[in-house]
Amino acid sequence: MAGFFNYIDRKSPVHDLTGATKLVCLLLWTFAAMLTFDTRLLVVLAALAIIAMMVARIRIRDVKVLFWFSFVFMLLNNLLIFLFSPEHGVTIYGTRHEICHLFWRYYLVQEQLFYMLNVILKYMVTVPVVIVFVSTTDPSEFASSLNRIGVSYKVAYSVSLALRYIPDIQREYRDISMAQQARGLEMESRKQNLFKRLKNAATMIFPLIISSMDRIETVANAMELRGFGKGKKRTWYTARPFRFADGFAMVMCLLMLAASIVLNIVNGSRYFNPFV
Amino acid sequence: MSDAIIEFRNFGFKYTSQAEPTLYDINLSVKRGEKVLICGPSGCGKSTLAHCINGLIPASYTGEATGELTIDGTSFRDLDIFKLSKTVGTVLQDSDAQFIGLTVGEDIAFALENDRVALDEMKRRVADVARQVGVDEFLRHAPYELSGGQKQRVSLAGVMVDDVDVLLFDEPLANLDPATGKTTIELIDDIHKATGKTVLIIEHRLEDVLHRDLDRVVLMGDGRIIADMTPAELLSSDLLIKNGIREPLYITALKYSGIPVNPAIGPQSMETLNLSDDDVIKVQEWYSKAPWKKPLEDNPVILSARGIGYTYDNGCKALDNIDMNVRKGEMMSIVGKNGAGKSTFAKVICGFVKPQEGTVSLNGTDMATLSIKERADHIGYVMQNPNQMISKPMIRDEVALGLTLKKKLTQEEIDAKVDETLKVCGLYPFRNWPVSALSYGQKKRVTIASILAMDPEVIILDEPTAGQDYRHYTDIMEFLRSINAMGITIILITHDMHLMLEYCSRAVVLSDSRKIADMTCEEVLTDASVVEKANLKETSLSKLASVCSIGDGQDFIRRFIAADREAR
Repeated sequence: MAGFFNYIDRKSPVHDLTGATKLVCLLLWTFAAMLTFDTRLLVVLAALAIIAMMVARIRIRDVKVLFWFSFVFMLLNNLLIFLFSPEHGVTIYGTRHEICHLFWRYYLVQEQLFYMLNVILKYMVTVPVVIVFVSTTDPSEFASSLNRIGVSYKVAYSVSLALRYIPDIQREYRDISMAQQARGLEMESRKQNLFKRLKNAATMIFPLIISSMDRIETVANAMELRGFGKGKKRTWYTARPFRFADGFAMVMCLLMLAASIVLNIVNGSRYFNPFV
Repeated sequence: MSDAIIEFRNFGFKYTSQAEPTLYDINLSVKRGEKVLICGPSGCGKSTLAHCINGLIPASYTGEATGELTIDGTSFRDLDIFKLSKTVGTVLQDSDAQFIGLTVGEDIAFALENDRVALDEMKRRVADVARQVGVDEFLRHAPYELSGGQKQRVSLAGVMVDDVDVLLFDEPLANLDPATGKTTIELIDDIHKATGKTVLIIEHRLEDVLHRDLDRVVLMGDGRIIADMTPAELLSSDLLIKNGIREPLYITALKYSGIPVNPAIGPQSMETLNLSDDDVIKVQEWYSKAPWKKPLEDNPVILSARGIGYTYDNGCKALDNIDMNVRKGEMMSIVGKNGAGKSTFAKVICGFVKPQEGTVSLNGTDMATLSIKERADHIGYVMQNPNQMISKPMIRDEVALGLTLKKKLTQEEIDAKVDETLKVCGLYPFRNWPVSALSYGQKKRVTIASILAMDPEVIILDEPTAGQDYRHYTDIMEFLRSINAMGITIILITHDMHLMLEYCSRAVVLSDSRKIADMTCEEVLTDASVVEKANLKETSLSKLASVCSIGDGQDFIRRFIAADREAR
């Protein structure tokens, strides 16, 4: 079953890092990627991101849903950029090397292609890292790491519980959906138009909410009965000591962020310009 | 008074959301180290009583309390849920939902984490308590890798790790198959003997709890305590039946045989039961005279499954070469332990999942090409939890939903059909009520009605009576029997043995994805190897038969069920 946010339990050097390390690395990495449009750095980061995925022993088929989702989103993003702002690259790089005319106001321009290449690279830098994070960090470790970087443990725990119950709710949705289909609600795509299907899906929300509320009540009671929320702080059974690898990973990510900032200053802008 | 750990004095309680109090005049004192069962029908106030003891009242449910309740010498007014959690450990009914941690170890440690216990000490204490309840080998396992019984052990460890004085079990048997339920009662008893902690069990399945000794039984009804006595005294009275609690079957059998039940014969369990020679003769005499009707003659096969095999995406085999015939007008059951493949099999029949091997045919026609919707014209499926099925706020609309979606009928035809169905189901007076105003049992009826409206030939019900007390159980089952009498074939998926014995002619037993038996229910329950493989339990009736030297245990059970049906 290809879930969306699924922890994949495997043995790997990335799994062995503490949750807090991975969260800090993810944040540093995302900042580094956000700040820069320098193609050279983006290529390096993308290569490193793909290596990280390999080190974490994640296979494409483990994460194909998330992977396809990002891919389609990326295509859509580029398409929209081209439709609404076909000469954006020209504004950025200050030159215009036309390749050919397409139709109406749309031209194939080197600068625009180069700009869009950078956008694609940005996806390649961030998506693998997010995938590595969600599939190597189990929800309770995620909570403890949020807590460690200063988020209140109640908030942290709610987030991790929400992540944890997503598969349960998916399963329940499937059960409810089947029972409703058995009463004549058509959910198969070829036999209904999208609007009808959405309307039908809405009739399933009602029972889903009711049964989720029941579940929430039980979980909340169970947690309170065992003293959740009585102190300002709590300890974590899954806590692990920081080791050399944790420090190493964080320093690496910090270096990437530093490189990104330095390049911004040296280039005098966020962009690397090969056209001058 | 110092040895009373829980003491209610003239205690009463009313929920803010309700007009009438839920508890009246509660006077109850539980001594340190006692083991007490609190039983009563649904809505009698036993859960409210438990919530007062563990502090969920007022932490989660608000209301007004009168009178006094002291726990370990402190008034409840000076306690809160967190202080109470140091004295009272609660094991909830739903061991899935209360599994908070992601692994066994983490879940057991939950209370310690909240207490800010340091990591080394936490690991040590978790390991200790895990050993005590026998889950020390599973510390790194996730909840879905555990059986129902193991989950319950983890829940128990999770409260014992706090070294509480009182262990409170809220309906511990509700979701367990018979054999696991029996082991749970044994585990609770062993822990009680080993630690000397006070144990309170809230449960309406009296016979199962009495499998091990109890000091006292507190019987509740309509918010009051009706009886507070030893099990032997309670079984000797007629209070149980009057209050909608089922007595152990062997007690009923003794009563039918005309044997006076009193504490002297040790009625609290089959082990302590001491029948005189006279009594044995009485049972034998009753047996030889008891009525006995032959089952229905063979009807044509309506539904047939041949060589069904189903394997999950992850390679786990759920069903392995299963054959089954269901005859028209039958009421039969599919039984087996949790995870044996019962629900998957039902899903195959309804077309929710497609089997890789085998065929399902209805009236001799292969259904492979039919969609879920098309199968639904013939086979109705009722889920265990009515809240998962009901999608309209009004009862009428809910029952009409399936018909409206079919679009083959005019509005008048739909109205007529819905009215007719509502009348059959005894819901006509409520037709314009919102669903939310109904009790659980009534909601169940609504879901059955909404399926019935579509005129199916077969109805499959998943655990129709799970978590219901005897009165609601009888209600639902008698209703199903009346539907069955209209000629509709009924398949029940269950691990409730009473249900299968009393209402079904036949059972198909699944174990580890294979069919291991297809026989009458009496045969199932007297076949030791089937009972063991399917996590069922031998009934007390067959033990009684052997105590009274009645050779044919199956026949004894059959006659008992027939007599019991007539008596009601």
